[in-house]
Amino acid sequence: MNGADAMIKSLEKEGVTALFGYPGVAICPFFNSILDSKIESILVRTEQNAGHAASGYARVTGKVGVCVATSGPGATNLITGIATAFADSIPLVCITGQVNSELLGSDVFQEADITGAAESFLKYSYLVKDVEDIPRVFKEAFHIASTGRKGPVLIDVPIDVQNALLSKFIYPDEVNLRTYKPTVKGHIVQIKKVVKELAKAERPIICAGGGVLLSGAENELREFAEKYKIPVVSTMMGLGVMPTEHPLYFGMVGNNGKPYANRAINDSDLLIVVGARVADRAMSQPGLIIENKVMVHIDVDPAEIGKNVGPSIPLVGDIKHILEDFAKQEFECNYDLWINTLDLYKETMKVKRNPDKNYVDPAVFIKILSEELDEDAIYVADVGQNQIWSCSYHIVKKGKFLTSGGMGTMGYSIPAAMGAKKALGNRQVIAVCGDGSFQMSMMELATIRQHNIPIKIIVFNNQCLGMVREYQHYTYKDHYSVIDLTGSPDLAKLSSAYDVKYMKIENMKDVREKIKIFLSEPGTGLLECMIDMMDVVK
Amino acid sequence: MKKIYSVLVENRAGVLCKVSGLFSRRCFNIDSLAVGETDDPAISCITIVSSGDQRTIEQIEKQLNKKIDVIKIKTFDESVSISRELMLVKVRYNKTNRKEIMEICDVLKADIVDMSKSYMLIQLCDTPERTTLLINMLKSVSIVEIARTGTLALPKCGETEA
Repeated sequence: MNGADAMIKSLEKEGVTALFGYPGVAICPFFNSILDSKIESILVRTEQNAGHAASGYARVTGKVGVCVATSGPGATNLITGIATAFADSIPLVCITGQVNSELLGSDVFQEADITGAAESFLKYSYLVKDVEDIPRVFKEAFHIASTGRKGPVLIDVPIDVQNALLSKFIYPDEVNLRTYKPTVKGHIVQIKKVVKELAKAERPIICAGGGVLLSGAENELREFAEKYKIPVVSTMMGLGVMPTEHPLYFGMVGNNGKPYANRAINDSDLLIVVGARVADRAMSQPGLIIENKVMVHIDVDPAEIGKNVGPSIPLVGDIKHILEDFAKQEFECNYDLWINTLDLYKETMKVKRNPDKNYVDPAVFIKILSEELDEDAIYVADVGQNQIWSCSYHIVKKGKFLTSGGMGTMGYSIPAAMGAKKALGNRQVIAVCGDGSFQMSMMELATIRQHNIPIKIIVFNNQCLGMVREYQHYTYKDHYSVIDLTGSPDLAKLSSAYDVKYMKIENMKDVREKIKIFLSEPGTGLLECMIDMMDVVK
Repeated sequence: MKKIYSVLVENRAGVLCKVSGLFSRRCFNIDSLAVGETDDPAISCITIVSSGDQRTIEQIEKQLNKKIDVIKIKTFDESVSISRELMLVKVRYNKTNRKEIMEICDVLKADIVDMSKSYMLIQLCDTPERTTLLINMLKSVSIVEIARTGTLALPKCGETEA
């Protein structure tokens, strides 16, 4: 058995069934050995999308996503995928080929110091120099990626190490890392303090972030909120923790969120932040927000607590564990008055829109789309105005809402949807993007076709980079610069080239019927919606 | 506020880069940095002197703790620690100032460890403040070059050791 065989065997031991990658000489031993395995390799069309696809795969399964690239440009292309996963704490194991270890550091063909270059976007990295280390390194990498605050781990393997013979393959049963022991259980004293505050509070609110989903604690959070009737808001990454139409749910917070969600946070006397970073998009002035209230911050990463705002009660641990411990506590409370107030806010603080009738109104379109989607559909939103519309108007029921929240990487939706569909073949998976973000990953239509991963793609076409245009409208007084996308391809012809079913909607006439037809057609489909360039900014 | 971080790390390739990279990425200051092996060759000790407000100081420790190669961090104030720095200074001298230089060295307990007809190499092992003082005193003479190790520090001895 050589190093490459050991790499594949290690992946099998970790239960990996599919990976996303792009070969090159330095990773060829690996792709040679994979032919003897049941692990399926999906050939993406650029390495960045291998990272995003693995991210989509990880986010719908809760397992570690795996992506593979070759040395040099393959590895550097992967960096944006890695950084995107890092910003959203998505567990990935990224494997890269590397030049011969004896040539390391001499700038030979396709050499890049990838462990160095990607350092600040990685939870951890390995450069394997001894073939005997492969089983231990893989075991550790999967463990580190999937525990504590999750994140991407890189394994860089020089080609000679992949080719070297291994004396014996023994996959370790457990990891032995003296420096890595993430906190799982929350401190009971802190939990009791929170309970005391809840019993005292009149206007408590839970702000749920992506950490709740990463911990798989949606049910626990919902049950806790329901048991004591505590209202919940969420960050962008926390969308889907609560069903959108749940009576205790009051929308997404932040500068792109619902005004009544922000109002709820401002007016609360007890703010419980669960698995959220309190970053600038969610709370632009966290220092001001926590004035006159008690703030509880629950997170698995101690460094997040006190980073952006100093909480009154910090609580470190795995959210699922902590919520289970909360469930064991009993206390008396009644927040009905507060919920009535929030209901009133929700009713009176609706955003008024003024759409042009000659175009598709994205707000109404997304609402109808949500109604027509399967209950458990996976909705992947891209980045730009389309992301804000998706966040604002998509109604999550039992499905998932995925997007690149931390990094805001354009082009995320199609590869991530592909990864999600690969993982859960019988679920409806839909990618919603703009004409800008679509063109950043449209090459994946080939991957989708080749590997038969049928997803539904919706492209909001406003013939410009809408969000930048919006910013230029407000900040530079309509002094528009480099946002015109008129060179874009004819999506009907493009769809036909990739053998994708194409539909176009120009305005709101018969939208529901058209969406129904689009969703019911088998195979991959692309629906182009013509959007008013002036939407939002007029 | 000044703090001294004594960071025990796995003695592996690239670890210093990970630790110093963390400081630059998160805009933490490094006033001085010194690295060396400990009594266990598998463990290195990185001594970092940094300054910042309370939040920054807390973040430095938390972010360092997140690094998987970091084994243990001790954070302490200068006031409760013994800190030392080693410095070598090469100066050019002549007949008129030779005596003055030797007097400065005498007062500040610096040693002249090498000498030629026109150059002297002076060694000082002392607190960072006194090291800087020697530099200031020697500024009137022509300083040719200086090498400093950066601060090394350990907490003062207590009756029990953690």
